[in-house]
Formats: sequence, C-alpha cells, structure tokens
Amino acid sequence: MTAQPLLEATGVEVSFSVGSPLAGRLRGVQHVLHAVDGVDLTVHRGEALALVGESGSGKSTFARALVGIERPKRGQIKLDGKVLPARRSRADQRRIQMVFQDPYSSLNPRLTVGGTLHELLRVHRVVPRGEVESRARELLRLVGLDEGAVNAYPRQFSGGQRQRVAIARAIALRPELLVADEPVSALDVSVQATILNLLEELRADLGLTLLFISHNLAVVRHLCDRVAVMYLGRIIEVAPTEALFRDPRHPYTAGLLAAIPRMTPGDSGEAPAVRGDPPSPLRLPTGCRFRTRCPMAQQICAEQDPALAESPEDPGHSAACHFAWTTQTANATEAV
Amino acid sequence: MSAPAIAAQLVVSDLSVEIAGQRGVVRPVDGVSFTVAPGEAVGLVGESGSGKSMTLKAILGVLPPEAKVTAGNVVLDGTDLTGLSNSRLNKVRGRRIAMIFQEPMSALNPVMRVGNQIAEGPRVHLGMSRAQSVRRALELMRRVGIPDPERRFRAFPHEFSGGMRQRVMIAIALSSDPELILCDEPTTALDVTIQDQILRLLAQLCRESGTSLVFVTHDLPVVAQICHQVAVMYAGRIVERGTVSKVFRSPLHPYTLGLLRSAPDVDQPGQSLVPIPGSPPSLLSPPSGCRFHPRCKFAEEDCKVSDPPLRLLDAGRSTACLHYERCLDEMGADA
Repeated sequence: MTAQPLLEATGVEVSFSVGSPLAGRLRGVQHVLHAVDGVDLTVHRGEALALVGESGSGKSTFARALVGIERPKRGQIKLDGKVLPARRSRADQRRIQMVFQDPYSSLNPRLTVGGTLHELLRVHRVVPRGEVESRARELLRLVGLDEGAVNAYPRQFSGGQRQRVAIARAIALRPELLVADEPVSALDVSVQATILNLLEELRADLGLTLLFISHNLAVVRHLCDRVAVMYLGRIIEVAPTEALFRDPRHPYTAGLLAAIPRMTPGDSGEAPAVRGDPPSPLRLPTGCRFRTRCPMAQQICAEQDPALAESPEDPGHSAACHFAWTTQTANATEAV
Repeated sequence: MSAPAIAAQLVVSDLSVEIAGQRGVVRPVDGVSFTVAPGEAVGLVGESGSGKSMTLKAILGVLPPEAKVTAGNVVLDGTDLTGLSNSRLNKVRGRRIAMIFQEPMSALNPVMRVGNQIAEGPRVHLGMSRAQSVRRALELMRRVGIPDPERRFRAFPHEFSGGMRQRVMIAIALSSDPELILCDEPTTALDVTIQDQILRLLAQLCRESGTSLVFVTHDLPVVAQICHQVAVMYAGRIVERGTVSKVFRSPLHPYTLGLLRSAPDVDQPGQSLVPIPGSPPSLLSPPSGCRFHPRCKFAEEDCKVSDPPLRLLDAGRSTACLHYERCLDEMGADA
C-alpha cells in the first residue's frame, strides 16, 4: 500500500503497577502488568479495522492509548505521518474520538443532550458560534434521533438511543478516527442491529475510519474490513476479514473461530476448541505466550518468542506463530 | 457413588408472576406453559425484560420478595412445587432442582473453601458423612475439569478464574444428582473460548446423567449449540415453541423472525441486518391484542383486537401468531 496510513502505532507498551504500592515498597517488590506489550498496528484511511481478543488481551487499553487516555510507556503513535506527542494539543485530541461500551457512564447525566453537544462544539470551535445550535440538531438527525432529543437528559433514553447520543458526541468533532470499544455489547440484539447499521451508514456518508473493538466475532465479520487479533498484550494475527475467517494462521485465532457458537451446529464432539485458561499476565510463559494452550506447541515455542511475520504470498496477512507460514496445520484443531 | 437419578418431567402450566409497584401491577410472566422431557434441554430465549429469568426463578421459588406467583403451577415429576411450603421446597431446591447463575462470583460463598461448598449438598441432601462428601466433592471437581482437585479443594472462590468458578457452580449443581438444572445465562460473562468449554461440559454431563436442562439466554447460537427445544418469550409470554432446528430454520412468529434477522450470523457474512422497529412495550400498559402488533410488519386489524393464544400446529410446533403463514412466505421469498 503506497498511501500514507491514517494511523501508525509502533512498539506501543502500556503497563500498570499492580498490588498495594505501599506493601510493595516495603518489601521492595513491584509487580508490573504489561497490558499492552509492544503493539504495531496500522489503520488505513476509510477502513473499518476490528481489534478482537478475550478479556485481559489488552485491546481496550491499547485503544485508550490511541485516544490519549492512557499514556504509553514506550512506542509511538503517528497520525497522518506526524508523531502524536505525549501531551496532546486540543486540535490533536479532536482527531481521534471514542465511543464506550456503556453510554450511561460516558455521558454527563446533568447535561441535556443539547448541552453536551453545544459545549463540545463551542470548546473545540468546530463551527462558528451562531451555528452551534443547528449543527447539534444536524448531528442528532445523523444518528437517527428526533430533534426533540436536544432537551432530554441521558436517563430519559433507552440503551440504544443513549448509544446514538454517544456516537453523535464522538462525531461532533469530525474526528478522522472513531474508536468504538464494544459499542453494542450491552444492547439487546434487535437494538444492536440498529447501531451496527448506523455505524455502517456513518462510514459511507462521512468517510469515517473505524477501529472497532469487540469480542463478538459474528459482529466483526459483518462490519469490518480487516481484523487484528490480540492475546495477552500482543497482536498475534492481522488479516483482511475474509482471509482471517477462511484461513486463520495462528492456532489461537483458529481456536477462537472454532469456539464461536453456530446457528447450525456441526457436531464438533466433546473436545473444546481451546483448552485451559489464559495464563496470568503477571507470569507470562517463556517464548510464545500461547504455547501453554496450543495444540501444536514444540520445543522452539518455549525458547523463542515468535514475531509477527508477513505471509510470503499475501503481504496483508501476518501471524506471530513459528509455524504460521511453514505448515498447513493452523486449522488442526478444527480438522481433527 | 449413587446411581444417577431418573430424570423427571417438568410441567409448567399457565404460570403467572405479578409485581405490585407504586405505579400499578405488572405481570413479567403471563401465562407461560412448557414441558421438559427427561434428559431434554429446553432453551428460553428473549430480550431483556421478556420474563425469561423471572420464569426460571418462579420455577425454583426464588422470586424477589415483591414478586408473587399468582396463577398456574410447576409440577416436577408429579409434585406441584407451587403448593409447597418453604421448608418442603428446601428439600427440592439443590436436591432435585439445581441452578447455575450468570455470575458465579456472587452465587458462591466468598469466605468458604470451594471444596466445602461442593461437599455441602451431598452432606445435607444425601446424608453423606463428612469423609464421604469430601470424596464426592473431589470426584466432582475432577469431572468438571478442575485441575489438581486435592489442592484446589482448599481454595477460595476469588482464587479462581471466571471459567473455573463456573465449573465450581456446575459441580455444586451436580453434587446431589438433580433431575433438573436451571441455567440463567451461565456463559454470558465468559470469554468465547471458555464459553465453548463450559457449554461442552454441560452438554456432556447432562447426556451422561440424563439430567434435564432449562437454559435461559439471549444468545440464539448458544441455544442452537446446547438445546433440543426452544421457547421464545416476548413481553412475559411464550410466542413460539418447537425444536431448535425447526424454529431457527423456519420461524413461525414474526418476533422470532425479527430476532434471527437482527443478529449477524458468523457463517453468513454480507447478510444485511434488519432490526425490529420500535421497542418492547411497557408491562404497565401492554398493547391490546397481540403484544407484538405495534412492531409487527404483518399486523392486521385482528391483531389489535384479539389476543392470540399459543396454539399447537403440526409436529410439536406452537405459535401465538394469527398470521404465521406470512413468516413462511417471507422465508420462502428469501430462499
């Protein structure tokens, strides 16, 4: 791809100290949890990129680092070719916006929807003062809400409507990248569909670039062009959506796909797709972090930490497995 | 090791639950009937507020204090549970019917060792000695796949992962050889690989012991994975019932059709999502006639007037839609 990517993250690390800091200091030990442990990710203009993974994989923390809520310990984030500084200017903050899973806790309960939007539009000087009012109404129309919603408080809306308000708030600043962290997970399926359709419309109408974080692979396959899979703080596979679902090259991805409950269950027997629990992020295995649950782990997996490597045939497809491009057995768990 | 109990048939008929609130009386469960054959797994599906969890709680007699069963009965293998006193019911709960909740952390006792929690049922319900019950707990821990049971026996719930805690819940549920296990969204809080492990485990254990299952969830593919029969609930009523394969392949109620069309199917990329218009009705003033009619594209004049009961069609399928043929036409037009 020759076009300049919209966003380029390289070697991003975010870590937290865990446990009681006082007790730790007294004993002279400190546990550091590497929630995001060296992530490289490129987001192209106009695409919908999914970030999937299970709880504790670091997908939300990484997203928060992109938006500027968490400060990475290492690595850099480039937007449009320019490195974003640790302390972002207001203009830079505008360019990446976020929608959260629970719209109720991310909206100010004491402000009407109009109040929330007016404040944003004024503070960031998105439109001239005289147009703030009309722009707010236009935003509500864009997300499919009545203009009357301007005077209502968040608690007066249903979950789906509230998520529409949260989306209106995020796109009010005309961001170049919209990061949506599990935006439909708390919603009933019929409502979930309306929000997914809205996101698709907004992408088409406004040319939004979307980073969509989800654990729901059916939703991801429906909405996104590319998928990045995270496991314990690392990206372990990136591919165009169809390639990933058709031919996963990392055994974790293969297991994740095989674990999805299907509408027409093929009789898959009693063996689960992935065995065991993920290890504690405080005590990571040596070498490959997936090897303790991996059906194809070998000696080398305990010794060397595999890097994310591109497919020799398809440069858009990368996987961090020693055997990703040497054998045909990433699908072994399904085939048996 | 006692022999597995012979599974009972559960018959829920015309069950209604009422809650008297400040703004009036609501009926979150309104005339619900279904049966569970021995060894069968029945799914109760619906969106939030449809009454599925409340139905489960009414079966076990663990409704919140403000809610009351006002009509109907629950018969387990010939015993009417709705007529039982609390002390008699306590002999049924945990012994003949067990329950698995969505959030194991809040269902387990945080200050009691996991092994003792599993051993409690056999001691209380099966009259086992302490040593026997400990042996039984260790064996159950092995059966549900908790590694190193001897060591984990003395652990507390907070030392377990979410998936392991749910395995403990399953071990407790199985500990007294129940005839029926009620599951309330047992895998909703779990990651997909762990959900897959737990669903397989539940299905395998129920198959081995012939235990019946009532499985409440909002997740249709999960039902497809584990249940034989499914009942779809809307606004306190069952609107459609039948075998999972038939109901999901050719739904006979527009609400079921709507649910299927609004959730993306991982095996059908590119299919467009059709949301159900509107939102569920307030239970304080449900719509006249069919409760789904204000959101239904097939609705006609008669739907606003007459309240259609769930009626039995051929092949064990039931629907509460007056115009269910429209669903067939619609599915046919798509195919």
